Amino acid sequence: MTLATPAATERTGGRWSGGRWSGGRRPGQRRKDDGRGGERAARDRATWFLVLPALIPILVLSVGPLLYGIGLAFTDAQSGRTRSTQWIGALNFQDLLHDTLFWDSFRIGLLWAVGVTVPQFLLALGLALLLNENLRMRWLARALAIIPWAMPEVVVGIMWRLVYNPDAGILNETIRDLGLGDGRDWLTGFGTALPAVIVVGIWAGMPQSTVALLAGLQNTPHELHEAAALDGAGAWRRFRTVTWPALKPVALSITALNFIWNFNSFALVYVLTSGGPGGRTRLPMLFAYEEAFRYGQFGYAAAMGCVMVAVISVILAVYLAGRLRGGDDR
Amino acid sequence: MSMRTGRTTRAGQYLALTGYLVFLAFPFVWLISTAFKPARELGSLHPTWIPEHPTLDNFRQAFDEQPLLQAAGNSLLAAVSAGVICVLIATPMAYVMARHRGRLSAAATGWVVISQAFPFVLLIIPLFLILKNLHLINSLAGLIMVYVVWSLPFALWMLVGYVRAVPAELEEAASVDGAGRLRTLVSVTAPLLAPGIVATALFAFITAWNEFFFALVLLKTPEKQTLPVVLTHFIGAEGAADLGPLAAAAFLATLPSLLLFAFIQRRITGGMLAGAVKS
Repeated sequence: MTLATPAATERTGGRWSGGRWSGGRRPGQRRKDDGRGGERAARDRATWFLVLPALIPILVLSVGPLLYGIGLAFTDAQSGRTRSTQWIGALNFQDLLHDTLFWDSFRIGLLWAVGVTVPQFLLALGLALLLNENLRMRWLARALAIIPWAMPEVVVGIMWRLVYNPDAGILNETIRDLGLGDGRDWLTGFGTALPAVIVVGIWAGMPQSTVALLAGLQNTPHELHEAAALDGAGAWRRFRTVTWPALKPVALSITALNFIWNFNSFALVYVLTSGGPGGRTRLPMLFAYEEAFRYGQFGYAAAMGCVMVAVISVILAVYLAGRLRGGDDR
Repeated sequence: MSMRTGRTTRAGQYLALTGYLVFLAFPFVWLISTAFKPARELGSLHPTWIPEHPTLDNFRQAFDEQPLLQAAGNSLLAAVSAGVICVLIATPMAYVMARHRGRLSAAATGWVVISQAFPFVLLIIPLFLILKNLHLINSLAGLIMVYVVWSLPFALWMLVGYVRAVPAELEEAASVDGAGRLRTLVSVTAPLLAPGIVATALFAFITAWNEFFFALVLLKTPEKQTLPVVLTHFIGAEGAADLGPLAAAAFLATLPSLLLFAFIQRRITGGMLAGAVKS
């Protein structure tokens, strides 16, 4: 692909739009489309006509607020205050640096994101491999695997609260039935709360991963498997040499995306524990939400958002780099 | 791949599959079971899987305790508006992105990817301030605006895939026949895109119907709140809750998205995969 350098643009007075030159001449090109400039302009107008209805809302309600939010992180903005908002430079970030509660929640957020993403991927991979086989209950498993995807996160949270309920919940009842003790108060125990919400996170996010991996499996050429099987390769070898290389790009994509989504998640844990007990499940989003909408510290909460974006950007960059390299391998 | 799968391997596979089925199904089964249990059974120290005396009392009580109908109405209004507006504005842009691989399309695609990574807290604070200045806090109109923009990235993602699936030759043929650009778009491309557009609209509907965070922040009074927010009112301040009505209400709130999802599941997974596999 050739790119228009600023120098080239200056030389010919043309400009790039929609991947084509409009106006001016391409370097070394004869002026031959004289008289067709009007048509080209009409085309451009039509393009803008098609794009603007979506572009304006995106700029006003998404890109704009994002930049505004980054700006707020450098102010002392608070809710319900009469005094005007002041620009305070990096003071919020300096405060954040010493805010042990925030770093606790950040650590919990990372624990939660890894704790959900990794087992979820492994479980989804297993399920996808099973669903790819010619098994009898396959349709039922497929249907069930989709349910969590369609449910509102709030309902998923409520549903698992019913499961975890210390007295009337099925989990403790099963534990009692199996003679394993009296069970416990999973969501309010200091040691059990985070593992308990992680299990819910794994359950809730499995469908997307499973479906993506299943599609990846179905894209791998069947003949390769058969050839490998004829060569006497066992199941594990076939997986390692045939299935996995073909699956790797999908696996990388969904793992990176799931990590980011999990790190940013809110509703599930809000409904399950509201961040308790004693902040043991207070994910960064919950912390920032409380800071902004319970204590009205808009500037400070925006700074937290910025730190979260920065960390995610690093992860995204690593993932993109890995993905680009993966593309060269093939 | 069924060839030469040993008998023990098969048995192992079925065992594993059963494990998955139990893990995936049991919370859902428990939700339904709880929703239909009478208060006496719910209070029992030894809960049973299947209600011995199934009842609809919990549903009645749920409607008495919280303004569920009104909340469902609000959710419906928000979700339908978001779905319709979203595809109305996304389809033309997706068309341009699919057919013209220029700087604009590259920027739009980049934004679609990046927007997946936003922590919404960075978006919601400025949005809250902007909507407050426009007097759109505690208003469904404000929430709908947010939902439209929030569903746009994925809608564009899906729609671009659908547009690419329509052969460009068809459009060229029409333009040779003398049809203008917009005319071609409306009479040739749009009908072929219709199923994809419907699927995308339904997806945006489900997304808005299920959404919680923006609704929690932007809607203040119970009369304006959507179903997911009202559901959380069943859970008391101390975490105590009337389990039966809570389960009944939660079960009802799930039904619309569950039914729609079953209906468009293939298309959504197809759209998602186009992104996950290729892109």
